[in-house]
Amino acid sequence: MELEQPAISDTGDFTINMGPQHPSTHGVLHLKVTLNGETIKNVEPHLGYIHRSIEKMSEASTYRNFIYLTSRMDYLSAHMNNQACAMVVEKGLQLEIPPRAKVIRMLMSELTRLASHQLWWGALGLDLGAITPYFLGFRDREEILDIFEETCGARLTMNYNVPGGLMYDIHPNFVGKVKTFLKNFEDHLPEYKQLLTGNIIFEERTKGVGILTPEDALSFGCTGAVARGSGISCDVRKWNPYDGYETVQFEEPMETGCDCYSRYVVRIREMEESVKIIEQLIDNIPEGEFQAKTKVVLKVPKGEYYTRVETARGELGVYLVSDGSSNPYRIKYRSPGFSNLAALNTMAKGNKIGDLVAIMATLDLVIPDIDR
Amino acid sequence: MAIKSLVSGMRLTGYYFTHHKEILTQEYPDNRETLTFGERFRGEVVMPHDENNEHRCTGCTACEIACPNGTIKILTKMEVGEDGKKKKAIEKFVYHLGMCTFCNLCIVACPTDAIKMSHDFEHSVFDRKQLTKVLNKPDSKIVKGVE
Amino acid sequence: MFSFYDISNSIHQWLSSQMGSTAVMLIEMAIVGVLAISLFAFLGLLLVYMERKVAAFMQLRLGPNRVGWKGTLQTLADTIKLLFKEGFSPDASDKFLFNFAPILVIVVAMLLLAPIPFAKGFQIYDINIGVFYISAVSSIGVIGILMAGWSSNNKYSLLGAMRSGAQIVSYELSAGLSLVVIVAFSGSMSLTQIVQSQADGWWIFKGHIPAMIAFVIFIIAGTAELNRAPFDFAEAESELTAGFHTEYTGMRFAMFFLAEYINMFIMAAVGATLFLGGWMPLHFGNLSGFNHIMDFIPHIVWFMGKTFFLIFVLMWFRWTFPRLRIDQLLTLEWKYLMPISLFNLLLVALVVIKGWHF
Ligand code: SF4
Ligand code: SF4
Repeated sequence: MELEQPAISDTGDFTINMGPQHPSTHGVLHLKVTLNGETIKNVEPHLGYIHRSIEKMSEASTYRNFIYLTSRMDYLSAHMNNQACAMVVEKGLQLEIPPRAKVIRMLMSELTRLASHQLWWGALGLDLGAITPYFLGFRDREEILDIFEETCGARLTMNYNVPGGLMYDIHPNFVGKVKTFLKNFEDHLPEYKQLLTGNIIFEERTKGVGILTPEDALSFGCTGAVARGSGISCDVRKWNPYDGYETVQFEEPMETGCDCYSRYVVRIREMEESVKIIEQLIDNIPEGEFQAKTKVVLKVPKGEYYTRVETARGELGVYLVSDGSSNPYRIKYRSPGFSNLAALNTMAKGNKIGDLVAIMATLDLVIPDIDR
Repeated sequence: MAIKSLVSGMRLTGYYFTHHKEILTQEYPDNRETLTFGERFRGEVVMPHDENNEHRCTGCTACEIACPNGTIKILTKMEVGEDGKKKKAIEKFVYHLGMCTFCNLCIVACPTDAIKMSHDFEHSVFDRKQLTKVLNKPDSKIVKGVE
Repeated sequence: MFSFYDISNSIHQWLSSQMGSTAVMLIEMAIVGVLAISLFAFLGLLLVYMERKVAAFMQLRLGPNRVGWKGTLQTLADTIKLLFKEGFSPDASDKFLFNFAPILVIVVAMLLLAPIPFAKGFQIYDINIGVFYISAVSSIGVIGILMAGWSSNNKYSLLGAMRSGAQIVSYELSAGLSLVVIVAFSGSMSLTQIVQSQADGWWIFKGHIPAMIAFVIFIIAGTAELNRAPFDFAEAESELTAGFHTEYTGMRFAMFFLAEYINMFIMAAVGATLFLGGWMPLHFGNLSGFNHIMDFIPHIVWFMGKTFFLIFVLMWFRWTFPRLRIDQLLTLEWKYLMPISLFNLLLVALVVIKGWHF
């Protein structure tokens, strides 16, 4: 321990600890920031404050039981996390899920993505000092959560996916409510642009800030809007369609600005694409079973399985090693937030403290996802 | 251009300032009576009893196995039925609300629909002991015909 | 008509008839002091309540609605809560400066109240260099903030204080220059005379475009001097947790808080006095009929109406815009506002010399 270290070094550098309790680290991320005046010289993220050993706990649970834990990783894309886990078990069991379940899974995923991006948009405003967006974002998110509550029974940790399909069928009100939501959201999306996108202060704050070159994005393994903001196409839904994404038409939004603004625009456009996907699916939910027939005790055959999904933050991979028993032998999650966070130092160096906040906001960090 | 973008933002907040219809606040403790939930809302696990103080739980422990975190403990006893045969029955269905993650797996697992989720969501108590609940009422019996 | 002038005059006369002039002065000072402090406290409570309500309505919320009718007593309850809180000071802080900083800030805010004419003849101290006094005294406030930031022994506080120092020193210039515009128009530094000079129309209407420009610059620079969003760098809660008052608790924090709102009131009052005619009713040249009708509204209502309108505009800014970045803030000042103000001043000089204004 270097307790006697002077607070300010000879070169005028000093270190501040941002977090684990800090308004803009969105949870318990701890950043050791070396500053020279207002200029950032180095950022060192420290993890471990919210480690719950989800991977280890999964090994002790059965194949039906471990899924619910993943809602607690990236809690804003809980549904996609559950889906990835359900998919890996289905892959192991070579189970084909019914078409109805597939469509509902897609619908739920896109709704989750919308909800997550709405929260991100609000929190971004909050980080940049505009407080009103937060409430507008939450207003729309609330509608989606109401839909979730009605169909899945919970608002955040839905646990709606089970190996083989869904836990129950959609609620009779589901279709109507989603349509109402889409109508409202169509009115509200322009407000997002009115309040932030076109705002000169916002553009000044984000354009040219936090540059992440495509090479860096690739080498850090960034995915999701972070990579797409640097012009790298990496949408799992396009490249490796799962659960029926090959049947819907949508674009993969991409920007080449490599800065915070590009990442912002990518996410806003992703919301539009999600709306498009939902519009395509909502009237065409096939009839039929919502769950494939499964045995009471699932036993995945011996082997290694990997599935990946596109969550709201990027690519989530689930790696499962099975020894043929009813518990997973090893589960490993490749979480998008962790890789994206790795690029933080590269992006933040040389910028101001205010920019660090903007960069973190456009990385869209969810700390429990980084630190499982 | 720059000024226009600022003014358009101010127009939006100004609009909301003058249109109080849009206010979303739910005055929670005051609207307790009128709060509505989706019918599948997961509040806590309960075991419904009918008017004869009878429930449908056979004590098969499927829910106990299904529960990922050991929230449910079922203590069984042997009971002599009317026909003189010995039958397994629950003595206590112990439910640790403090551990429950409301994942619904126990409800799905139960073969006789003996347990369900209630809409009660106000769980806070002063003493942690109160969170350990026994769901079957004293002297309750299993409904006839449920195996 | 009801007028504060008569009240204060009759009190003065009654006191003078009772005792010697020194005693009269002392008693009057005491009365003024009590009035000022109660106004202070009242304004603090009112403005905080107003801010919270405005913010709430802009954000689709209800705002405080529990204590008192529609939450009107909420701020009072908060004050009482703050009074009972522990006045905590960090271990390695500079105790003297740490305790002194909030007092300095609040004293400065009180001093600024002196030359503001609330209504005709109702003013604490009619100083003939009122504008100068205001710009001089208001810059002492930043010393309080610097002291708070330095003495807290906290890097966040220090950063916030340094930001605020750079910011206030820069924006003082534009604010000062835009005040000079009105001084040039009215030919006086006394706030009373400036108000009198607007008897036939407010300067913002009379002064053509230069006055408009000066007004806009004054609002921007004023917001920056107040450390309010979108220029709230000294606090910048998403960057510096709470900036210079990170380590303050209890009543000391409340003093900073109060001073912020009082300063806001004073900023708005100065703006209203200089540009919008202060307590002067809305007059247009020689439309005597119209002017006469306007005279029926008491002066204090005019003054408060204009001031609160400006305060509302400031709040509107705060709840709409994101925050700038510190270097952008300084760029805005030195590259845009300063040159524009200087040029504007030139223009005003031309207008005044040629007598083009009404
Ligand atoms: S809801 Fe989940 S955690 Fe709670 S008792 Fe049932 S299975 Fe266990
Ligand atoms: S509640 Fe249902 S699953 Fe649990 S022991 Fe009783 S019958 Fe079996």
